[in-house]
Amino acid sequence: MQRIFRTAGTILSLVAVVCAPAHTQPSLKQHVSITVSAAISLKDALDEMGRAYEKAHPEAKVTFNYGSSGTLQHQIEQGAPIDVFVSASERQMDALSEEGMIITSTRHDLIRNVLVLIVSADSQIVNDLGDLLRPDVKTIALGEPTTVPAGMYAQQTLRHLGLLAAVEKKAVYAKDVREVLTYVETGNVDAGFVYRTDAMSSSKVRVVTAAPEDSHAPIVYPVAVVSSSKSAAPACAFLDFLDSSLARDIFTKFGFAPAEKQALRN
Amino acid sequence: MEWSPLWLSLATSITATALTLVAGVAAAAWRERRSGPLLALVDAIFLLPLVLPPTVVGFLLLLLFGRNGPMGKLLLLFGATIVFSWPATVIAAAVVSFPLMYVTARAALEQVNPHFTQAARTLGASEWRVFREVTLPLAWPGVLAGTILSFTRALGEFGATLMLAGNIPGKTATIPIAIYFAVEANDVNHAVLWCLTDLILSMTLLAGLYIWSHSNGFARTRDGRR
Repeated sequence: MQRIFRTAGTILSLVAVVCAPAHTQPSLKQHVSITVSAAISLKDALDEMGRAYEKAHPEAKVTFNYGSSGTLQHQIEQGAPIDVFVSASERQMDALSEEGMIITSTRHDLIRNVLVLIVSADSQIVNDLGDLLRPDVKTIALGEPTTVPAGMYAQQTLRHLGLLAAVEKKAVYAKDVREVLTYVETGNVDAGFVYRTDAMSSSKVRVVTAAPEDSHAPIVYPVAVVSSSKSAAPACAFLDFLDSSLARDIFTKFGFAPAEKQALRN
Repeated sequence: MEWSPLWLSLATSITATALTLVAGVAAAAWRERRSGPLLALVDAIFLLPLVLPPTVVGFLLLLLFGRNGPMGKLLLLFGATIVFSWPATVIAAAVVSFPLMYVTARAALEQVNPHFTQAARTLGASEWRVFREVTLPLAWPGVLAGTILSFTRALGEFGATLMLAGNIPGKTATIPIAIYFAVEANDVNHAVLWCLTDLILSMTLLAGLYIWSHSNGFARTRDGRR
């Protein structure tokens, strides 16, 4: 009998210990924390953006999760606890929108970018897109087209110019656009496709030329609050900040152009 | 269905295991004969690829064989580039599986009864003949175990291969790389298909090796009888 009481007592105490914290009201002001998944090409700009935001809002903490837009999209689909998503192309945002995983009223285009062909700073042999066909250009890096928007845009451009079949034979596929930059910087590939903003961030590469604007889909970065976000209000506050003039200046500093229309997509 | 990852994985693993077998046994035999404090450092270097994360090993290999690395520059003189080529998959696989071969070979060589090797020497056999006809056959079960370990490690190698050889379908995209990018692209069907292929491949090869090693033509008992 005594044993039963003792066991029951132990179990009840454990239950109480586990459930109690859920009922306590913290008296200190909690840090408001949001997690932003963003295309890796935004890394430098958003890191600075995060610092500026935290300075203006001391109770806020912004954590950035960088990767290729496709990888980030899949993470959100698999239930990753993300509050805001910034993609490098409409495709990933459209996919999430169709699945009801973003708050569509918060979706809008943030900034634009330009796709460029780069080579190592000391390389002389490539001077335009046609030079990619040269036999002494042995390897060309681009992002994996299904998951990396920069790779998708590059593929579209090459297809438009009739160079795709030839380039595909020499292609090395990277998991994100910054990896392409690294490959070109280290001279381990002869050329690569990155965004102008990535090229600007490195002194070891040279921009050969920009892809013609009409050869690929418009390079726009849409942003939205994720439906499953547990911090929707702070997330929306951060989105407002991204539209502020301070944020605009930071984006421009890193080479991004403002999106032409701040149209709300439904 | 693109089958190149299967052929690439097979070719890479077999080639890498062959290289590791020779290098691992040679290194173990060389190390056997020597003693001294400095050799602890040698052991540490040999075991490094096992201890370091494969991505780090891949990065170090990239620094070594890349266009700006010492080996890379040397190879460029002969017009050869290793990075982003099929030989890179072999190098990556061989380097990461070498420690497994080395450790098992050393254990196998150490347990060879020295009476037999001494007897062979007194009968006039050269060192190489002793090694070839006495030591190696007696150490064979252990060396075979090392070969199996190395092969499976080479088959499953991903991080270092991705760093050094990159993702080039038809040239360097082995099964693990194909699976990774299939998952990334949300191509679940292909990912599952490749996982099953890998499973069947590994089990068939391991079972086959096991049966072969236990057949009468191969095993010797410790005192040298078949």
